[in-house]
Amino acid sequence: MWIYEKRLEYPVRITKPDPKMAKLLMAQYGGPDSELGAGLRYLTQRYSMPDDRIRATLTDIGTEEIAHWEMIATMITQCMQGASLEELSAAGLDGYYTMHSYGVFPADPNGVPFTTAYIACTGDPIADLSEDMAADAATSDSLPTLKKSLNH
Amino acid sequence: MANYTEQELLSRIGEVRFACVELQLYLDTHPEDLDALSDFNSYAATLKRLCAEYTERFGPLENFGNSTHDAGSWVYQKWPWQN
Repeated sequence: MWIYEKRLEYPVRITKPDPKMAKLLMAQYGGPDSELGAGLRYLTQRYSMPDDRIRATLTDIGTEEIAHWEMIATMITQCMQGASLEELSAAGLDGYYTMHSYGVFPADPNGVPFTTAYIACTGDPIADLSEDMAADAATSDSLPTLKKSLNH
Repeated sequence: MANYTEQELLSRIGEVRFACVELQLYLDTHPEDLDALSDFNSYAATLKRLCAEYTERFGPLENFGNSTHDAGSWVYQKWPWQN
């Protein structure tokens, strides 16, 4: 089972609306290589792993990814908080707002909803671990883009 | 210890928890590494002490029986995503 810790893994305090950033962060929240994807990937693949060390690693990193997912959700909700409909529209979030208002829905920046079709669970440890590495590399590739957007 | 503000205590807990997470992930693949285990146990003891202090002064950090509660504090104290 899991126990919730009422605390973010790293604190988030965003005091000014930044809907453009909220939109980009959705890549990490509901995109193919999002924290949600990573968490589900690890926590579902662990059942067919042949080694205790892999079972331990996937359990613990899967758990940590869910904590990252909570931090991203917090960033998105705080970036949207207080933004007017005009500001949301200017950031390209008018469609999102129509569907979800200020809710934090797992979709990517283009509005494509999260799907488990993004993750693999083949039952073959080598295939699954290779997919984990590919997904992790894709996440690392998108982070510099997000960081660059933060400086504008 | 008791002179930490709530924010200072939370960030100290964050630092020590981070060390515990990283050492745990290393130990998952190297469970026989006694040096790492000793570091982990030392951080874990500090974390336990800090979390107990936080719970006593500011309210529960965990639910389902892992933290002691006073009436309503789990429910009514600010949630982590709130500014």
